[in-house]
Amino acid sequence: MQEVLRGRVWVFGDGISTDHIIAGKYLGTTDAKVFAEHAMENVDPSWAKKVRPGDILVAGDNFGCGSSREQAPMALMSLGIAAIVANSFARIFYRNAINLGLPVVECRGLVAQVKEGEVVTVDLARGRIRTAAGLESTAAPYPPHILEILKAGGLVPKLRAELAARGPA
Amino acid sequence: MGLTMSEQVLARASGKDRVAPGAIVDCTVDLLYMHEMLAIALKPFQEIGVGRVWDPAKIVVTLDHWVPPPNPEIAKMHQTIREFCRQQGIAHFHDIGDHGIVHQLIAERGYAQPGDLVIGSDSHTNMVGAVGAFAAGIGATDTAAVMATGRLWLKVPETIRVDVRGTLAKRTVSKDVILRVIKTTGDDGAQYKAVEFTGPTVKGMPMHERLVLSNMTTEMGAKVGMIEADEKTKEYLAHAGRPFRPIRGDEDAGYVKTYDIDVDGMGPQVACPSNPANVKDVEEVKGTKVDVAFLGSCTNARIEDLRIAAELLKGEKVSPQVRFLITPASQRIYRQALTEHLAEVFLDAGATFTSSTCGPCFGGHMGTLAAKEVCISSTNRNYPGRMGSPESLVYLASPWTVTASALYGEITDPRGV
Repeated sequence: MQEVLRGRVWVFGDGISTDHIIAGKYLGTTDAKVFAEHAMENVDPSWAKKVRPGDILVAGDNFGCGSSREQAPMALMSLGIAAIVANSFARIFYRNAINLGLPVVECRGLVAQVKEGEVVTVDLARGRIRTAAGLESTAAPYPPHILEILKAGGLVPKLRAELAARGPA
Repeated sequence: MGLTMSEQVLARASGKDRVAPGAIVDCTVDLLYMHEMLAIALKPFQEIGVGRVWDPAKIVVTLDHWVPPPNPEIAKMHQTIREFCRQQGIAHFHDIGDHGIVHQLIAERGYAQPGDLVIGSDSHTNMVGAVGAFAAGIGATDTAAVMATGRLWLKVPETIRVDVRGTLAKRTVSKDVILRVIKTTGDDGAQYKAVEFTGPTVKGMPMHERLVLSNMTTEMGAKVGMIEADEKTKEYLAHAGRPFRPIRGDEDAGYVKTYDIDVDGMGPQVACPSNPANVKDVEEVKGTKVDVAFLGSCTNARIEDLRIAAELLKGEKVSPQVRFLITPASQRIYRQALTEHLAEVFLDAGATFTSSTCGPCFGGHMGTLAAKEVCISSTNRNYPGRMGSPESLVYLASPWTVTASALYGEITDPRGV
């Protein structure tokens, strides 16, 4: 896990659902490139073309509400989104993102302090976020087990390591 | 202090005497069920490297999102799932022909029992909480982890109690109740939390109505939506022939919040575009023109819902402005609708009656919406683009309101039909 991220901001409002992030009509494949191409299409059809690797999403309440489709965080990761900072996240989206190793950061109020395109610094280890204007916000700290998953690079590498440490059955 | 139902289940599943909200517990899963998400979970499952699923007897798989497959890529996805189930010895694989929307299949075949820890690869797994199970949805990587280990970490949720009392108006049902509840809490009002329904109105509801309440706790952001397992639950599950264990919250359990919802005399409710919490009384939106009416999904497409549609459609015609699509929640329901001659009523009225699939609800296939089209639907979500074009609009309502609206070509109060 890269502990300090600097990235250009995309601002989203409240209630960005999984139907916004990747519409159901694109789920009939296992190819993550398709999910990436159509990411956020129901908000802005050209968004997937404008976003660059390392960009950071900043959003309001209940980001990722709706479906359990892991294709939603997969779509954003495939585009190179480095982190998502929101007032709050829907529970399944939150788990899915962490499991894939995509940092999701709960920080109430940041969305009101940033403008689209500005560069923010997210210090994952310290739980601090610094805006372009120099305002500092504190994120909700990760519980230790979630930090472990992120540090391992996701749930699969964590489970692999645990199974390897246990040795052959 | 006593325990709520979800605390009781998580304590047992994690081998503890008691658990408290906020604690992270490592739980043994009693039942894992999956639909086509299994195809996405295969890669992480293979990467974990255990080779075999932890216990094939505790896994149920069906196909529901794209049935029958609308294109070769999805047909291939189904083939992969079929092959995996065979290799792994997953006997409870319900292939096309024996399929159903997975939550309905789990409920109607008695796979989930009160007190079970049930994990499903779909957000509406909450529905199974209506039988008194702790039933929560997860994504593909978690699904792979459960397949490999039979275990899942869960944060013990705080519990919200929803106490519903009062007698509903004519042709007003549990869908209207849950829409009113979501209006009260907002679509994130139960975020990370468990919901328990109680009160005389809920206790008086038959199982097919309780399933609707639990189903749409997902649209409150809830982890689970549980209902005490009582005599009605016992009767509903009796055909499964498994020992019945009742479950209820302790008298002195700790609830983070209680909503007292008085529905006395309440009429039909409608969730307006484009959020399930944007709920209004039917009187406020009646007269809104609709192009499509859909009676389907895990939320409201059981035999009782189909009987409602038939009652209103018998001897009538669907409005020429409307395509009315009726899609049962499982093949068993489809068969039952044929036995009861409901299919004839639907076809004579000019409705389209299909085999079971999730298709239209999530904009997948078999009835997606064009730009500017307006749909009234018995389903659970109406976020932008949910059922097709991002410029289409979806209103959520009960089977009564959906069918009445199909007859008149506009949102219609079913009490006046």
